[in-house]
Amino acid sequence: MAEQKTKKKIIPNKNPMPAQDPLERARNFNEVALGYDEETVVAEAQRCLQCKNEPCRQGCPVEVDIPAFIKLVAERDFDGAIKKIKEKNALPAVCGRVCPQENQCEKYCTLAKKYEAVGIGRIERFCADRELQKGVTLPEVAPPTGKKVAVVGSGPAGLTCASDLAKLGHDVTVYEALHVAGGVLMYGIPEFRLPKAVVQAEVENLKKLGVKIEVNSVVGKFTTVDELMENEGYDAIFIGTGAGLPYFMKIPGENACGVYSANEFLTRTNLMKAYQFPDWDTPIKIGKKVAVLGGGNVAMDGARTALRLGAEESWIVYRRSHEELPARKEEVEHAEEEGVKFAFLTSPVEILSNEEGWVTGMKCIKYELGEPDASGRRRPVPIEGSEYIMDVDTVVVAIGQGPNPLVPRTTKGLELTSRGNIVADPETGATSKPGVFAGGDVVTGAATVILAMGAGRTAAKSIHAYLTSK
Amino acid sequence: MKKNEGGEWRDVFKILEKQVFSPIIKLFVIDAPKVAKSCQAGQFIILRIHEEGERIPLTIADFDREKGTVTIVFQEVGKTTKQLGAMEAGDYIKDFVGPLGEPTHIENVGNVVCVGGGVGVAPVHPIARAFKEAGNHVIGIMGARNKELMFWEDHMRAACSELLVTTDDGSYVRKGFVTDVLKEVIESKGKENIPLVIAIGPQPMMRAVCNMTKEYGIKTIVSLNALMVDGTGMCGCCRVSVGNETKFVCVDGPDFDGHQVDWAELSRRQVYFKAEEQKALEHHECKCGCGGGK
Ligand SMILES: Cc1cc2nc3c(=O)[nH]c(=O)nc-3n(C[C@H](O)[C@H](O)[C@H](O)COP(=O)(O)OP(=O)(O)OC[C@H]3O[C@@H](n4cnc5c(N)ncnc54)[C@H](O)[C@@H]3O)c2cc1C
Ligand SMILES: Cc1cc2nc3c(=O)[nH]c(=O)nc-3n(C[C@H](O)[C@H](O)[C@H](O)COP(=O)(O)OP(=O)(O)OC[C@H]3O[C@@H](n4cnc5c(N)ncnc54)[C@H](O)[C@@H]3O)c2cc1C
Ligand code: SF4
Ligand code: SF4
Ligand code: FES
Ligand SMILES: [Mg+2]
Repeated sequence: MAEQKTKKKIIPNKNPMPAQDPLERARNFNEVALGYDEETVVAEAQRCLQCKNEPCRQGCPVEVDIPAFIKLVAERDFDGAIKKIKEKNALPAVCGRVCPQENQCEKYCTLAKKYEAVGIGRIERFCADRELQKGVTLPEVAPPTGKKVAVVGSGPAGLTCASDLAKLGHDVTVYEALHVAGGVLMYGIPEFRLPKAVVQAEVENLKKLGVKIEVNSVVGKFTTVDELMENEGYDAIFIGTGAGLPYFMKIPGENACGVYSANEFLTRTNLMKAYQFPDWDTPIKIGKKVAVLGGGNVAMDGARTALRLGAEESWIVYRRSHEELPARKEEVEHAEEEGVKFAFLTSPVEILSNEEGWVTGMKCIKYELGEPDASGRRRPVPIEGSEYIMDVDTVVVAIGQGPNPLVPRTTKGLELTSRGNIVADPETGATSKPGVFAGGDVVTGAATVILAMGAGRTAAKSIHAYLTSK
Repeated sequence: MKKNEGGEWRDVFKILEKQVFSPIIKLFVIDAPKVAKSCQAGQFIILRIHEEGERIPLTIADFDREKGTVTIVFQEVGKTTKQLGAMEAGDYIKDFVGPLGEPTHIENVGNVVCVGGGVGVAPVHPIARAFKEAGNHVIGIMGARNKELMFWEDHMRAACSELLVTTDDGSYVRKGFVTDVLKEVIESKGKENIPLVIAIGPQPMMRAVCNMTKEYGIKTIVSLNALMVDGTGMCGCCRVSVGNETKFVCVDGPDFDGHQVDWAELSRRQVYFKAEEQKALEHHECKCGCGGGK
């Protein structure tokens, strides 16, 4: 096709994402970002310069062919666009919503040098949502190979690995500890950011490919990885058990009533739907003033959830400054718009409680930024004598998660890091144990949805090679 | 067993048998082959009755590996256990996951006293049996508030080498708390002859047993019932302080050295959701026809 010679007119700004009004949405659990309509998505796609060197694509961990699918959208070939996306990305409705685009694809967009990047994630989301609404055309499934693969954990890593292997004709069973599949997408990321119906639609598609999903199945308990291989006849195993073990601060008072890990706070709310209590049975209790410790996506989700559960004040308490917040930019902006408050350069040293054991306050110390540390970020240093009491009655600890030890502990010959993560070859997902592969947060530590998916896909490729060479 | 639920085949958990021990204590035998295959004494399950239900932990009171069944015994104390109690043989429980927690550490130590208070008789039963099978002389002590709440005396007699029974009000066998009986046993056998006590029951009972055995210097293992959500170590809701370290009851326990447990903290956390639980019960009784309020 002949390239256009004339220089394309640049439209500097992204088409705004329609969203619920901040003050209204801060009190409900409906999705915040409403999604582009057809006219807007085409207009947004037309902003793309179709750069020949495809810089945006290098920013995408799974290398979605961004210019190609955007071109199809600009031409209103939405069916073609979603097909193109799905060549590389198995869960576009999820990624379009939760990828940290500003650090990935959109960061490298040519337009971003001077103007606003093309809204790649938003376009991706539109295509995926449209397909989900229309009903997904299933990809072709290769004839059965007679090989059995077990996938442990149904987060994005496990779902992607299962989907790729099923398409290659393998007999795949996913074992999931909880009563629903989806991992963090179901229990962690809130409904208002990622509707659970979207996740379940993706899970349904997976089942249509012939993947069996066994919920209520904790590997390491009802069976072990070794037993799956030796007694159940699995030819290979993929471990994608995530980083679900919550870290605490290890400060006095942390077991007081009113202190939650972010996982508990979000699981009660999202997975168990405590926001619909008492129609749903699981309770949650929050006070008037909530402090969320940490600065990542998990912390933002905690703080925004607290508002929706009725908190009068919701604070992010973070050791560093605004600049260092590791959360997605859009989440920080949304949190600010909704009225979440920020205490930067602050860290708790003790949680205070009354006689019944309920939180009455939090003793904090102020920090200042010192020399850059190994990560290149300026290291926060405590200011002596700066302790003060923050008036809060609920505390949510969102300072990170480690790998759940149930599978590593019960699997023979699996090499682990000092933090308990599984050691796997980043090129293949192979672990130290033959036939056992791993990927996602259980290998990398808490990371992102798209990286977990990428790892699931990589492992699927090498599992396929392993099975067909045997 | 797998059942078609909205076009999807998934495991469902049929209640094969129901026994009513008292108006508030009931036993179910559940079809749960996956759990039955690998469970051991001291482990528990988590169940969810229906889609809107909460996840509650219950100890495995018995199991039959061949039939693929698991037995649970529960006391109706709130919304979910009342709703469970209203179910009948033939009904299905939506979710049933296990075995969870670490099995009780079983070894041959000579004499072991297994104390079960109230509904705690059910969880202590497979533990007593396992200790006896490991060659121990097992002295069982079971107690209840009154005769009506007493169950499984026959099971316990079979599981233990000798069994002592008591009721708080004296309506059956004798009057006294399990701690009274335990004290008599220790005094008569000599504390040096009793290396291990296992105590399962309501928290005040376990605490009282521990206070007493601490004085005698007898190692005592208790099974803690902290609040739980997932039961896999993911939420931290079940944390307790044991020997000044924070532990997760669902994965590190439920068994712990009772002399190391911070009981005061545990009992404060136990009533975390008291107000909500009350509300849930009221909501339940006004809406549902299962007669939960009886
Ligand atoms: C609150 C929150 C918000 C986040 N927001 C974002 C975001 O906006 N953008 C982004 O890119 N990333 C975000 N992340 C990170 C992202 O969700 C994770 O990196 C990603 O989900 C990791 O995927 P995974 O498949 O490795 O594991 P997970 O999603 O953690 O899934 C692991 C699954 O394995 C199951 N499992 C564990 N042990 C066993 C066992 N023994 N047997 C059977 N099953 C087991 C678990 O129950 C779980 O379902 C967020 C994370 C959290 C917690
Ligand atoms: C490891 C373990 C094993 C247990 N085994 C048994 C058993 O074999 N038989 C039995 O009768 N009971 C057992 N329990 C207690 C049982 O889980 C509670 O009685 C039940 O959850 C009460 O639910 P409810 O809705 O009926 O009552 P609610 O009114 O909601 O609660 C009553 C009380 O039960 C406790 N409780 C409530 N929710 C939970 C929860 N999610 N997790 C743990 N405790 C909770 C609290 O102390 C609460 O105050 C066990 C608990 C644990 C942790
Ligand atoms: S998958 Fe994520 S990084 Fe890749 S194009 Fe889509 S939004 Fe961008
Ligand atoms: S870098 Fe930006 S403008 Fe260029 S092709 Fe990619 S999305 Fe389009
Ligand atoms: S119940 Fe969630 S960690 Fe124990
Ligand atoms: Mg309840």
